[in-house]
Amino acid sequence: MAADAAEPAPPAGGAMRSPVSCGELFRVFQRLALQGFGGVLPVAHRELVERERWLSPEEFVELLALSQVLPGPNIVNLALIFGDRHFGWRGALAGTAGLLAVPMLIVLALAALFRQFSTQPLVLGALRGMGAVAAGLVVGTAIKLSATLKKNVMGQALGGLFGVATFAAVGVFRVPLVWVVLGIGGIAMAIAWRKLAQAERGRP
Amino acid sequence: MTPIAVTGWAMLGLHGMGWVELAQLCGHFMLLSLLAVGGAITTAPEMQRYLVHEQGWMSAEQFTASVAIAQSAPGPNILFVALMGWEVAGLAGVVATMGGIMLPSSVLALNVARYGRRRADALPMRAFTGGMVPVTLGLLVSTGWLLAAPVRAHPVAWLLVLGTAIASARTRISLLWLMAAGAALGMLGWV
Repeated sequence: MAADAAEPAPPAGGAMRSPVSCGELFRVFQRLALQGFGGVLPVAHRELVERERWLSPEEFVELLALSQVLPGPNIVNLALIFGDRHFGWRGALAGTAGLLAVPMLIVLALAALFRQFSTQPLVLGALRGMGAVAAGLVVGTAIKLSATLKKNVMGQALGGLFGVATFAAVGVFRVPLVWVVLGIGGIAMAIAWRKLAQAERGRP
Repeated sequence: MTPIAVTGWAMLGLHGMGWVELAQLCGHFMLLSLLAVGGAITTAPEMQRYLVHEQGWMSAEQFTASVAIAQSAPGPNILFVALMGWEVAGLAGVVATMGGIMLPSSVLALNVARYGRRRADALPMRAFTGGMVPVTLGLLVSTGWLLAAPVRAHPVAWLLVLGTAIASARTRISLLWLMAAGAALGMLGWV
């Protein structure tokens, strides 16, 4: 059977899988990096959750939350932590190398090319159009992952409210991320903590 | 000289930089690594101040081009840091900037993740993920909003952004097709 790189083909049934080797980790992260124009995250969701089934949507968004709070590039942190979870530091290295090695060569080659064509209206137009699609893909990923709020301890309404507040703070008012994580994130964590503690006390 | 010959020289040479400057470059990026909460792009203003204004190692135009080229190429956006190293000191510069920006944050991320995994069932860890997931979703929408900033004045671009969001969320269409459609619309001058 020919593997079609363009069409995600989830295995039959809802069974979750795991990467079998560092080589597979490297290949999958390389494949998703090479499809990611203007940001790899939407492709990472498609490949890791929908195609490979290495992560459930809930696991993906939790891993992403951790990757975003930690300093460093989110997608690299995600590859590091995911690789480490399965194969220790070798897995962390394999995932990161897959993500960066070949794309870096392409970027350096493109830089040499762009120096000659960067003033062409066609090139500039294509870049603008791709930028708009990159924006839409990130929003699309957020739409898909918003389904995980149903299982969130705070409940869908309150979780959605914190999501909107974060967007207003970061996207509209450009508040530095540190303050958003400490402020909005802090309040959200405190509420989650209380609800979890209540649920635990209520348990027989 | 032909562009290829220039590229060849750029690969081997340090662009007149000594090892001391190279170590300074690496050290500065290591510092930025631990400050880069929310992705390396959040430290771009500081990189610009250091590389362009303080050290004079590259022009403001070179800096902006590095970010734009990395955005338009496949792969993580962090690669704009590799391009900056390349502009400043060729291959050695790439090692200095990429090594600097990656190492400290990676070591921290691995250790925090291992620590968190040992206590995944503890109340503080579950409160952390439960509280942070909605914030993460808000950050994703913010990223989309900021990426769309250059085209927000065009009504057709709004349709393209929304259409892409819905098509990618509700269908299994290849993301590469959507990207190609965006490039084509851009070339036609519609967005």
